Amino acid sequence: MIALTVNGKKRAFKGPPFTRLIDALRETFGLTGTKEGCGEGECGACTVLIDGEPVNSCLIPICQAEGRKVETVEALGTPEKLSSLQRAFMEEGGAQCGICTPGMLVTGTAYIKAGGSSDDHAVREALAGNLCRCTGYQHIVKSVVAAIKEKRR
Amino acid sequence: MRGDAAGMTVSRPKSVAEAVSTYGRETNSLVLAGGTDVMVLWNLGLFNRRSVLDISAISEWTKITAQREGLSLGALATHSQIRRHPAVLARFPLLAQACATIGAVQIQNRGTIGGNLANASPAGDTFPALAVYEPVVHAISTRGKRVIPFQHFFTGVKKTSLSPGELIASVELHDPGRKPDRQYIRKVGTRAAQAISKTVGAGLLWLNKDKTVAELRFALGSVAPTVRRLRASEEMLKGKRLTPDIISEACRLVEDDISPIDDIRSTRDYRLAVSRNMLREFLEGRNKS
Repeated sequence: MIALTVNGKKRAFKGPPFTRLIDALRETFGLTGTKEGCGEGECGACTVLIDGEPVNSCLIPICQAEGRKVETVEALGTPEKLSSLQRAFMEEGGAQCGICTPGMLVTGTAYIKAGGSSDDHAVREALAGNLCRCTGYQHIVKSVVAAIKEKRR
Repeated sequence: MRGDAAGMTVSRPKSVAEAVSTYGRETNSLVLAGGTDVMVLWNLGLFNRRSVLDISAISEWTKITAQREGLSLGALATHSQIRRHPAVLARFPLLAQACATIGAVQIQNRGTIGGNLANASPAGDTFPALAVYEPVVHAISTRGKRVIPFQHFFTGVKKTSLSPGELIASVELHDPGRKPDRQYIRKVGTRAAQAISKTVGAGLLWLNKDKTVAELRFALGSVAPTVRRLRASEEMLKGKRLTPDIISEACRLVEDDISPIDDIRSTRDYRLAVSRNMLREFLEGRNKS
């Protein structure tokens, strides 16, 4: 049995220890917000936080999450109470088809929380591991910058 | 077929002693550190029904320790840890910069220096930087500890001099004495992030008071089965002034030490041209790193 914390709740995983974290999250814990894009660590759609750091959940067997704090897009906000980054994505048009959005939000949230700067180049480097097939990068970067500026107000 | 989790056996030791004895008994185990390479292949179904030795819980190997004359990187130190570490930034800046070119933040948060070495890709992005700092690799097995000079660590494409049952414990870097007068690092790939390199170069240059070359160290990745130092160019430049003719001669000699190939990422001709351009850029002092 593997014990871990998912979105603030203590969970126990009883399946095979080599189950990918993304599969445990989606299929065992029912957290389908995390998407699988490429399955090889290139696209970042499956990004979740482990102890606050963005990682690709498709490249992590759940045994490596033992005792760790995992956070998914579901932890960021609720429809009634969106996080400032989620609100910025809606206002700035940061989401198009939506597949990359959970990963973008999770990576962006970690960047903002770490005190990342609103400099365009720095935001792009922080999001470099998240690909958007709609190529909507301009609006995604704008959304992150807007959320950082709102935080400072 | 995709990876089948139910068919995998996993052992996850917390101590070095336990890891070494397990690997000594089961030398066919698949060693798992950060998983950024292993899991990609596993997802494709290439490692099904294997025993996995997951070493990622060995906390002793996650540390970066500054020493008086150098630095020890635990095998499980991640690229993120390395690129941010003050002693790495101050004393081995090319390694910090190399770690920053790997994948993107998600990969840097998981990928480890030991895993990078053990994977032994010809395109390993930390290798040219390591090659110019000339570190040693500390390995451990049930037979004891062993120190492997970096230049003898790789034996071919995806091949290392590690023996069956032997694990990387740490990488030890030594301060290169006098601060180099110039340094160089550059990765050439299709895009800045997430790209496997076409060619990577790293260099250190020391000049004498009369502006002649005291020592040049220049290494290239992705242009041979393993990372290569440009021994012929390095040797030829010793004691020479960096005139246009000498620089051209050094660039001509690049071909003696590398053997680039045509593959899915680039061509032999392009890689050779880029390799020469990198050395020229460095020797002419046009780079900013």
